[in-house]
Amino acid sequence: MTKKKDISTFITAYQKFGILVILIVEIIIFAILSDKFFATNNLMLVGRQISFFGMSAVGMTMVLLLGEIDISVGSILAFSGCLAVKLMEEGGINPFIACVIAVGISVLFGFLTGVFVTRFQIPSLIATLAMQQIIKGCTYLLTGGIPIRASSEGFKFFGQGFVFGVVPTPILFMIALFIIGFVVLHSTCFGRRIYAVGGNNEAARLSGIKTNKVRIIVFMISAATAGIAGIIMASRMGTGQPSVGTDFAMDVLTATVLGGVMLTGGKGKILNVFIGAIIIGILTNGLVLLDVLEYWQWIVKGFVFLFAVAMSNIELFFNKDK
Amino acid sequence: MANSIFLATKELTKIYDSITVLQGVSIDFYKGEVHALIGENGAGKSTLCKMLSGAISPASGQIVIEGQAYDGLNPEESKKLGVGMVYQEFNLVAELSVYENMFIGKELKKGAFLDKKEMIRRAKEVFENMGVELDVMKTISQLSVAYCQLVEIAKALLENSKLIIFDEPTAPLTNNEVDVLFEIIHRLKEQGIAIVYISHRMDEIFNICDKVTVLRDGQYITTQTIEETSREELIRLMIGRELSSEFPERVENIYKDDEIIMEVENLNTSKIHDISFQLKKGEILGLSGLVGSGRSEIVRAIFGADRIKSGDIKINGEKVTMKTPQDAIKKGVALLPEDRKREGLMLNQSIKLNMTITFIDKLAKGPFVNKKMEQDSVEKSVKLLSVKLASVENPISSLSGGNQQKVVLAKWISTGCDILFFDEPTRGIDVGAKKEIYDFLFRLKNEGKSIIIISSEMPEILGLCDRILVMYEGKMMGELDAKEATQEKILTLASGITE
Ligand SMILES: Nc1ncnc2c1ncn2[C@@H]1O[C@H](COP(=O)(O)OP(=O)(O)OP(=O)(O)O)[C@@H](O)[C@H]1O
Ligand SMILES: [Mg+2]
Repeated sequence: MTKKKDISTFITAYQKFGILVILIVEIIIFAILSDKFFATNNLMLVGRQISFFGMSAVGMTMVLLLGEIDISVGSILAFSGCLAVKLMEEGGINPFIACVIAVGISVLFGFLTGVFVTRFQIPSLIATLAMQQIIKGCTYLLTGGIPIRASSEGFKFFGQGFVFGVVPTPILFMIALFIIGFVVLHSTCFGRRIYAVGGNNEAARLSGIKTNKVRIIVFMISAATAGIAGIIMASRMGTGQPSVGTDFAMDVLTATVLGGVMLTGGKGKILNVFIGAIIIGILTNGLVLLDVLEYWQWIVKGFVFLFAVAMSNIELFFNKDK
Repeated sequence: MANSIFLATKELTKIYDSITVLQGVSIDFYKGEVHALIGENGAGKSTLCKMLSGAISPASGQIVIEGQAYDGLNPEESKKLGVGMVYQEFNLVAELSVYENMFIGKELKKGAFLDKKEMIRRAKEVFENMGVELDVMKTISQLSVAYCQLVEIAKALLENSKLIIFDEPTAPLTNNEVDVLFEIIHRLKEQGIAIVYISHRMDEIFNICDKVTVLRDGQYITTQTIEETSREELIRLMIGRELSSEFPERVENIYKDDEIIMEVENLNTSKIHDISFQLKKGEILGLSGLVGSGRSEIVRAIFGADRIKSGDIKINGEKVTMKTPQDAIKKGVALLPEDRKREGLMLNQSIKLNMTITFIDKLAKGPFVNKKMEQDSVEKSVKLLSVKLASVENPISSLSGGNQQKVVLAKWISTGCDILFFDEPTRGIDVGAKKEIYDFLFRLKNEGKSIIIISSEMPEILGLCDRILVMYEGKMMGELDAKEATQEKILTLASGITE
């Protein structure tokens, strides 16, 4: 019985501070193992890395809160970056407008996913798996599989610039998206509806919520955040790269679930997702710094994802006390 | 007494987040005895029983079963020791069939394969013995709450338990099914099985129980035999004060008789046929009938929750189409659904969210929720219905059954709708709180709201309604005026007999 008590204390503690502890331990480990970790250059690099996962994690949080999943974010990331650059370079369109169009079309993809999930009752795992393939096809049609170089200096500012001289712009974008996400989830009617639909779809429907509409909008938001991340990534690299984003969905999902968002929906806080994104960003960077073979990186990340999911369900394992 | 103790609790205590919800409770449960456990919502009845069935573990104290003491049980141990429980909240798997649900975790096998034939046969047998007609191949999601309850009971009967706990088994049942259940309980009792019976319906306590234990605020108050106590005394012990009467004085409709708010003409869905009726301003209209007679289906269809095949609905003389609940709410129609777990609550969400979700846009400026208005609204509802809770930010699953029901009520009452459908509004609510809800319904009535009540509790229908419509197999059998209505007349119509 005392054992049971210990477990429940542990669960509460983990839910409160677990990921902070993981973050600190992670930082200590990499700081010890690699002297390059705290170099300013590297910190900037990590910062940008985090920001790509982070931006998309904002949308992913909402998707998971509904009890759905979106694995098409990686394809959207690549598509939106390539489309923006292509429009600028070959269409001669103003960079800003090109970016708006790219995000707009990403959102359209999200809308399609939403329609498949709601109208045709296709599980989101399947629907977004298909969309991932479809969007990837579009990207390769668009680029012929060849990276497109971006020349506009204005465009490069999105990914390479600094604000106040020190803060890389991607980080600023991510923070802005997190703030928006936080406000939407905590202070708007729409946010309440997301939690309600994720909590119990039928009860939400009978409470007068258009549950399908909420779902569709959330898939559009997820596509939008992935699209924005894609543009900023392309700007950062100075190219529209069709092959980026193969592991992206996995990293974003891991960040989100590490933040305590349950895959079953209804439960999770976006601030913790922010920390989750930092953990994944640092992990990716640290593994590279330590010269870990990429194959091993995949294996490590796969296990980290499993760990995250297991911990988000931890109550169900130990605690039947409901 | 010739009987011996089967199970005894010794100083059982349970603490949730540093709140003591049950404190040092000791009760003896005898073989062959029906022992009632009563108390207000949140008194700790379900908590106590969940410790016996091993669903939760006590903070301290012991459970003694046939002389052997245990510090706590897990569900497997408890089952093995002969404790069976019918939970207040259902634990059925919606996608599985009735018989599969009954055999979850104890599937019969023939070699390496499931012995489906035998499981189906045994499941059928249980229902036959219960005298209930139910296709065991149906999936749970196709069943109404009442049938889910019957499946839960059947599940417990399958176990060969020596003690069976019934936690508010009759809340969703009408008279007929209650009679069936009582017959079953009588039989179990004769076989020497100990029964723990929780209910807020006083009649039932006096009908089948031998002893009654009262809990109040997690404390043991007293145990009495049914002969030495009375209804009034039990209520006083439960709520700690006198309750002048269980029903408020009936309030006559103060509005003109001809002011018709809603008119339904020849409404048809897959479950109801040619339903026509009118709802007047300031009226409480009762819908009566057996389980499955189509009472809930009428209000669900009007509310846009179920698909309508044909028929017209007029509100204030104007024809309206309400395809979704959202349309209905916009037209000022609210429905409190029958099954709170499946249709009423977002269980893992906060009490606050659950209380306000139906009208959150009214607590908002543009897209942003006004936190102060939200807080005020929640506090008002908590006070109005005296919901017992620690914090409104806690998930609603941490509330007792009756208090969850109060939250569902709150979320619909606060919408400000003029036409209110209440499907089993007081399900699981204690005697004291019920009276307050009745008072409140009469207040709504006086404000000119129109209400339809579906209730399996005859006194509720007779005591509250101005008119009563009686259903039988999806058809409307007749209308009774409050002045002429009696239980017999309603039951006659409800069993499909026309004069
Ligand atoms: N998981 C939980 N977490 C925190 N508090 C809980 C939890 N479960 C129950 N409680 C609290 O314990 C108290 C007793 O609840 P219990 O369910 O035993 O009441 P009850 O007597 O069965 O009431 P009802 O008649 O409404 O069913 C309540 O105040 C409730 O809020
Ligand atoms: Mg209870």
